[in-house]
Amino acid sequence: MTDAAASPDKITGPTPDTAIRDAERADGPMVAADGRPLKQSLNRALRRQKMRALALIAPLLLFILLTFLIPIGQMLFRSVENQIVTDTLPRTVVSISDWDAAGGEPPSQEVFADFARDLTLAAEQRMHTRLGSRLNYEQPGISSLFRQAGRGMTDMGEEVMESLVAAEPAWEEAQTWVDLFGTPDWQAENADWLVLKDEGGMRFSIPPPEFEFRPEAREALPRTADAFADFELFSRVDDIESVAEETPWPLVHVSLAEDLAANPGAVEAFDGETRARLEAVLPVAEAEMPFDYRAAFAEMDEDWLEVSFWETLQTFSTPFTSGYFLTAADRKLTADGVQMVPEDQRIYGTLFLRTMVMSLGITLSCILLGYPVAWLLANLPLRTANVLMILVLLPFWTSLLVRTSAWKVLLQQQGVINDLLVWLNIISDANRLVLINNQTGTIIAMTHILLPFMILPLYSVMKTIPPSYLRAAKSLGATNWTAFWRVYFPQSVPGIGAGSILVFILAIGYYITPEIVGGTRGVFISNRIAFHISTSLNWGLAAALGTILLALVLVLYWLYDRIVGIDNVKLGG
Amino acid sequence: MTDAVTNPANATKGLPSLAGFSAPIVAGLGLILGYLGGNAAGLGLVGALVGAALGALLAYAAAGAFDAASPVKFASNRTAGRWTMIALYGLIGLALGLVPGLVAGVLIGAVMSWFAYWIVRGDYRKGVPPYATPGQVLWHNAFLFICGAIFFFLIAPIVTIIPLSFNAEAFFTFTPEMLALDPAGYSLRHYEDFFTNSDWQLAMRNSLIIAPFATIIAVTLGTVAAIGLSQSHVPGRQAIMAILISPMIVPLIISATGMFFFYSAMGNWLEANLGMSRELTGYIKVILAHAALGIPFVIITVTATLVGFDRSLTRASANLGAGPVRTFFKVQMPLILPGVISGGLFAFITSFDEVVVVLFVGAAAQKTLPWQMFIGLREQVSPTILAVATILVTFSIILLTTVELLRRRSERLRGMSPG
Repeated sequence: MTDAAASPDKITGPTPDTAIRDAERADGPMVAADGRPLKQSLNRALRRQKMRALALIAPLLLFILLTFLIPIGQMLFRSVENQIVTDTLPRTVVSISDWDAAGGEPPSQEVFADFARDLTLAAEQRMHTRLGSRLNYEQPGISSLFRQAGRGMTDMGEEVMESLVAAEPAWEEAQTWVDLFGTPDWQAENADWLVLKDEGGMRFSIPPPEFEFRPEAREALPRTADAFADFELFSRVDDIESVAEETPWPLVHVSLAEDLAANPGAVEAFDGETRARLEAVLPVAEAEMPFDYRAAFAEMDEDWLEVSFWETLQTFSTPFTSGYFLTAADRKLTADGVQMVPEDQRIYGTLFLRTMVMSLGITLSCILLGYPVAWLLANLPLRTANVLMILVLLPFWTSLLVRTSAWKVLLQQQGVINDLLVWLNIISDANRLVLINNQTGTIIAMTHILLPFMILPLYSVMKTIPPSYLRAAKSLGATNWTAFWRVYFPQSVPGIGAGSILVFILAIGYYITPEIVGGTRGVFISNRIAFHISTSLNWGLAAALGTILLALVLVLYWLYDRIVGIDNVKLGG
Repeated sequence: MTDAVTNPANATKGLPSLAGFSAPIVAGLGLILGYLGGNAAGLGLVGALVGAALGALLAYAAAGAFDAASPVKFASNRTAGRWTMIALYGLIGLALGLVPGLVAGVLIGAVMSWFAYWIVRGDYRKGVPPYATPGQVLWHNAFLFICGAIFFFLIAPIVTIIPLSFNAEAFFTFTPEMLALDPAGYSLRHYEDFFTNSDWQLAMRNSLIIAPFATIIAVTLGTVAAIGLSQSHVPGRQAIMAILISPMIVPLIISATGMFFFYSAMGNWLEANLGMSRELTGYIKVILAHAALGIPFVIITVTATLVGFDRSLTRASANLGAGPVRTFFKVQMPLILPGVISGGLFAFITSFDEVVVVLFVGAAAQKTLPWQMFIGLREQVSPTILAVATILVTFSIILLTTVELLRRRSERLRGMSPG
């Protein structure tokens, strides 16, 4: 800021004049009023200006980032995310990775054992139905299998439990299990908590103390400890109950029998009453083992032994998946690689194509209708043009829902247009035109809604074309058509480009109008996305479809920026 | 080009030949309209013949052929001539089809009488230079006609719903009573329904709560950022602009999908950690989402206003001892205010008219007017929608006028500032 214009004689502080005099006196670099080198001083001023500008922009940028960009980023992430399988079936995912579907056999007993334990916890936590729905997207039918398993899992291994209890009734008591694994410290803490709970009444919500395993017990009975940990986690976190109050699931008993049968010496690690109880069930455990998990699942439903189910599970056991994108492209991930889905299920390709073709049709009809009007507005005297402009701006400012409802009223079979045509005897009452709930309806209504977005950019470009060019062309002997086509039209092409991209971008993302006037054959990809979000709840697929649509729009946005420049977007004339 | 004062020069020289040009053309239009009108009465051919004969008659009348015999001087007094012709058509319509016939007859009469004078007086050549060939004249008028049809396409759907909203029946179309202009066919019941139905009132209230708050957020943040953006040295200006405009470009359904996941998590967090009620968080979610959608409009209009802003004014103000804040409110703000207000109106209408995002982000307690209309349209419940639509159209006419006035004022202000 060096444009102070006061008289230098009356100023006592440093002035630009002093600086110039200083600079003349010294041989060094030119300095500013405060004695710094001018270059440095300018840089500093520039930097401060930049910082100030950024500080003004920052709040909004942050706001947009938080309320808009992050949500969209999260949605994009959802289109590849698949953690529900690894989260719900952590053990199964690991053990099934070695299984080879090509053998045509269901996986080994170990895989089934892991699956049984994962699924039991999932069923108790009510997670199994969500996992079922997720896998159902890939292979229909899985959902019901899982839902039914929710009931079956609590009974699995019950006969083993019964025979253990028959040999030693103490194994039905929750306390026996706590004595087996819990440290004395934990038992004391837990007892305190139980007292608290008794006093707490109905609204008591303090979780019980975290379970502490005795290390030697855990080492001696590893599988049992693992299964018991699941049970403990569930009762503490989901049920808010102490393990000391409930008998573990039958599957924990099965694990105990397995441990004892595999390593009878494990009882050495215990003493006193616990050891006696373990020894009491030792022969029963050896007799009952090995437990046939496969048969237990087959008893619930034969479909658990289907190779195709395990194939799907194996294919989608990764934490990230391309499955949703493949579905969005009418493809399917199978064990043999990516394949097209059967002909009759290919809907998304058709839908994307239809969205593009119809948007293109809408853009073209907007050009056809918008060009003459923009020309007229640009060439009329300003006063008349301003009046006619109102006819363009009024629809632009009118609510989208109002315009859509107007078209619904006009186009329906009992609507105004059909009534008029019937009254004029142009069509008979029986042959009313079907103008709505099909592609015609969508195209008519959307052309009307988007037409101002074509006229306004066209008008602002045409306004800049001097009318003398046309006159010059004509005076040089061009016919009206040549003058228009060779001189005027090429100059109006930027306006067509701007308007077309704007209309096309808006059209391919439209949801409301196709939903109301489009019926089933006139809907766009947006309607499918909305369907998956709110009705089918297949959010991953909705996100994948949205990502594809977004990519398409961003390419067009980039084009628009190249052709028109984002800064040059104008609104309302 | 309606019945403005005719150019006397036109009346004397260069008039088209009556029998060879004007009369056949007017008769041609009469034929078409007569056929349509006759069709409605079930007598298409008769209608066409009568229409053509009437058309030729009109052409001769407009040229003054009957002036000697009739009290109306058609050739010199165009207004009286047209009213006579309209009355004639109205009477024929009344005879054929009672009140609806009268309305149709008057409309056809207005068109026909205007057309007859337009052709006979040679007004159709007004817009083209005298040396234009007949082909050029034809094209010029055809072009105007096409443009007129497009303007009709733009405005007719909006205008049609206004009379329909006064329908006494719960139909989405004109009833015979309405066409007969019978007062019993009209009523305010749909408006009454709108103002008494609790669903609509809740929706109205929500719209009036959400839109202003969203507008305030968008205008405040947007104006400050636009001022920052209009400084001369902003690093990464293009990229920042692209980000700030993005809510306008990203399809609404994608914004809605993204916000659906994000805001439901945010709402739960607010409820759990800050102890807010479900209703309050619902409003906060929708307001924030709408503010984000309105911001591009504020940025665009305010930066456009700032392009013409004279920077030496702020320097002058600083030079006279005003601090940055004082300079902003006393010097800069009054000058860019029109842009800020029209940006605010855009933001307001964006929120007021928005349905996709609120459908996904909001709960039933945040149901807005467009949401309620959307439900009504999908399930086809009642023509109350049309009453609401009419109210909204009135509302948008007011908004349009405001924006237009502001734009003019802004141009005037900018024209006044030096540089």
